[in-house]
Amino acid sequence: MSIAIAMVLVVAGSILFHVLSPWRATPIASNWGFIDDTMGLTFLVTGAGFVAVILFMAYCLYRFRHVPGRRAAYEPENQKLEAWLGIVTTIAVIILLAPGLLVWGQFITVPKDAMVIEAVGVQWSWSFRLPGADNQLGSSDVRYIDTTNSMGLSPADPKGQDDLLIASSELHLPIGKPVKVLLRSIDVLHDFYVPEIRAKMDLVPGVVTYFWFTPTKIGEYEILCAAYCGTGHPQMRGKMVIESEADFETWRTAQQTFEQSRKSDASRDKRASAQ
Amino acid sequence: MTDASVPQNVAPPPAEVPDVDLYHAHSWITKYVFSQDAKVIAIQYAGTAITVGILALVLSWVIRLQLAFPGAIPFIDANVYYQSVTMHGMIMVVYMLTAIFLGGFGNYLIPLMVGARDMVFPYVNMLSYWVYLIATLVLVSSYFFPGGPTGAGWTLYPPQSILTGTPGHEYGIILMLVSLILFIVGFTMGGLNYVVTVLQARTRGMTLMRMPLTVWGIFSAAVMALLAFPGLFVACVMLLLDRTLGTSFFMPSLVELGERKDYVGGSPILFQHLFWFFGHPEVYIVALPAFGIVSDLISVHARKNIFGYRMMVWAIIAIGVLSMVVWGHHMYISGMDPWFGFFFAVTTLAIAVPTALKVYNWVLTLWHADIHFTTPMLFALGFLVTFVNGGITGLYLGNVIVDVPLSATLFVVAHFHMVMGIAPVLVIFGAIYHWYPKITGRMMDERLGKIHFWITFLGAYAIFFPMHYLGVLGMPRRFYEMGETAFVPASAATLNIVITVIALAVGFAQSIFFYNLFKSLKYGAPAGGNPWRAASLEWQTPETPPGHGNWGKHLPVVYRWPYAYSVPGAPEDYLPQNAPPVRGERSP
Ligand code: HEM
Ligand SMILES: [Cu+2]
Ligand SMILES: [Cu+2]
Repeated sequence: MSIAIAMVLVVAGSILFHVLSPWRATPIASNWGFIDDTMGLTFLVTGAGFVAVILFMAYCLYRFRHVPGRRAAYEPENQKLEAWLGIVTTIAVIILLAPGLLVWGQFITVPKDAMVIEAVGVQWSWSFRLPGADNQLGSSDVRYIDTTNSMGLSPADPKGQDDLLIASSELHLPIGKPVKVLLRSIDVLHDFYVPEIRAKMDLVPGVVTYFWFTPTKIGEYEILCAAYCGTGHPQMRGKMVIESEADFETWRTAQQTFEQSRKSDASRDKRASAQ
Repeated sequence: MTDASVPQNVAPPPAEVPDVDLYHAHSWITKYVFSQDAKVIAIQYAGTAITVGILALVLSWVIRLQLAFPGAIPFIDANVYYQSVTMHGMIMVVYMLTAIFLGGFGNYLIPLMVGARDMVFPYVNMLSYWVYLIATLVLVSSYFFPGGPTGAGWTLYPPQSILTGTPGHEYGIILMLVSLILFIVGFTMGGLNYVVTVLQARTRGMTLMRMPLTVWGIFSAAVMALLAFPGLFVACVMLLLDRTLGTSFFMPSLVELGERKDYVGGSPILFQHLFWFFGHPEVYIVALPAFGIVSDLISVHARKNIFGYRMMVWAIIAIGVLSMVVWGHHMYISGMDPWFGFFFAVTTLAIAVPTALKVYNWVLTLWHADIHFTTPMLFALGFLVTFVNGGITGLYLGNVIVDVPLSATLFVVAHFHMVMGIAPVLVIFGAIYHWYPKITGRMMDERLGKIHFWITFLGAYAIFFPMHYLGVLGMPRRFYEMGETAFVPASAATLNIVITVIALAVGFAQSIFFYNLFKSLKYGAPAGGNPWRAASLEWQTPETPPGHGNWGKHLPVVYRWPYAYSVPGAPEDYLPQNAPPVRGERSP
């Protein structure tokens, strides 16, 4: 008996918690509003299912509780009812799946005009690389990594000489332009995660992964690592600044190219050895 | 397979089975320690599983204390935190749940429920337990090695799991891998036993479609485990080689903390495929026995046949088959080819259909029933609530695009605890309250049982339901400390404190259960042979607790399915499976 009441209270409490909870998705700052919509749809469909099943069960528990003299019915099966329930469930699943797959289709189709940048993860910090004047990123490999080349760019690749290296964990992006983020790790698994963007993707050493989005809201956002990568995992933070095209250009022109960074490192080394 | 419409009026003669095949213990040691009796092995398995389960529970307090009061408890540093998370997760899933459902309930119930004298290979069955025990000891021993147990997360993903940024990379990870390999060896011996016993040792009249759903659940889980564990086995062997001999199965060339490693050309994603090829079926290896047991608890205590038995069996089989092809839903954002997302989302959501049908049938069993709110029944009903809740959030995480924002957040932690943590644990408790009278001959205290139920059920729901919302907010899992993070409001810290307080209370409340368990051994009311007036075979043994060989001189003969409750025209509201047919009876 009390279990029937408890179930009604669990349903009511859950709904109330959902309505009153101050913990909600962060205000979205990318084009992935469809993801939020799909989640909202999922909530409606599954929430209705949850409420219906639990309340029906609570009713049965109350209505068919043991009282002296009661005897249960004997009904091994009812194939018609079972078939109907199967059909209704299948339809509900298709309602969830169809929009989900459509949005996934968009998620994995990168627009042709997307600006390509690279995020590099290492235990436990982020750095970034933007293409230079040639609009192309040079090749890279872990075997080139040394103290003057922490991202492992190939020194011989002409495409890489003008690449902009951002070692400060702070990435700036212009608003309204699709970005394809190439992801590269030089040690273990990491995951590029900005809650406000909704999208995330693992960095896997040995391969280059990617995802894309379009920033839609000016502001500063925290970059987290969402794949456990050792004891410093929670401290692996970065900053993403979404700004106007003009501000972005100002920031971009202030960054050092690969060539410049090699030169300044080399001259510093020379000075150090002369002393 | 019998057709439901064929009347079973003709009683076949009882099978005369001399017990020459049975091994008889001659000393205390061979009877209770190196025992070959499945019932003793079951208790050994369950006892070991519950003991390490308590360790895992205590570790969850360490995790919760750190999340609620970051930095306030001096001995919990990042190393201890990640070691606790890893050991908690691995022990709960493999060493506790898998062991207790298959090794514990499987061993006790399969022979009794199908009318066999014992498992078909008793000696191998004994070995299975001892190898499992050694595996457990190897795992726990990692606490006593320099560097302590591994803190790689229960998923053990390389390269991180064997590199120096992870606690326990010295010995802990090696012991973990060796222990898992041993566990799988031990399990395989047991698993073959469960499968062959079900297929070969059923008594006369016990057709497959007359087996209790408990047996169906454990049988299907054992088959799945035999197919899935090899994936983990090879993954462990290869990772062990990468760690000890420097091979590069999973290790690409990389630079760790400024130092270039010798590895070259391995694939970290390959490990993830192997791990989840085991890891997803593992969810159902735990869930299917729970499904089966819950079906039986509901039917007995609602005095009604399980609704749609044949659908229930086919649903178990469909879930078992489908669950072998959904592992990729754990890897949507792993960097595997994104086109796989379509395939795995479809297979994953397809599983929702047979699973939902099972839920409907459990609930429909209550329709026009005669429901007794005993402790086992309450736990079964608690399972339904948490399982439906956790199953529903599976539809979020299975639908590939919705998984993208939610994966690796506390939403995932809340989801899997609801569906494969709390739900199966509630079933385990219900099953213990239900079968304790058969195992010991005494009843457990109902009043204490109910107090235990209310605290555990409501408490567990209160721990994990709000956690989903922290995940929607975006709080990542496996974070030792959140620190200052702009998008996380201060109220999230308050919620974390509330969750921790409830978790501690629920944890301590388990002592009520253990008190009841031990007290009832001596002071429990005598149970008689069949206190719940249940129809399935295990309640019809000549002795309670059942003797060696289970059935005395004659094996029972089965005339009907195990769900003959409230059959019209029958004198009582249940007909045991081995009671001779009633005139005009048309039970399946
Ligand atoms: C009341 C009991 C329990 C509590 C309070 C609890 C709490 C927790 C917490 C706080 C975490 C860490 C989440 C994070 O990464 O931030 C965790 C992880 C985990 N728990 Fe539990 N848990 C409980 C019971 C269980 C049970 C019964 C299972 C069995 C399936 C389980 C399986 C796991 C697994 C697999 C992980 C993931 C470990 C990892 O991330 O490597 N837990 N638990
Ligand atoms: Cu990380
Ligand atoms: Cu899965």
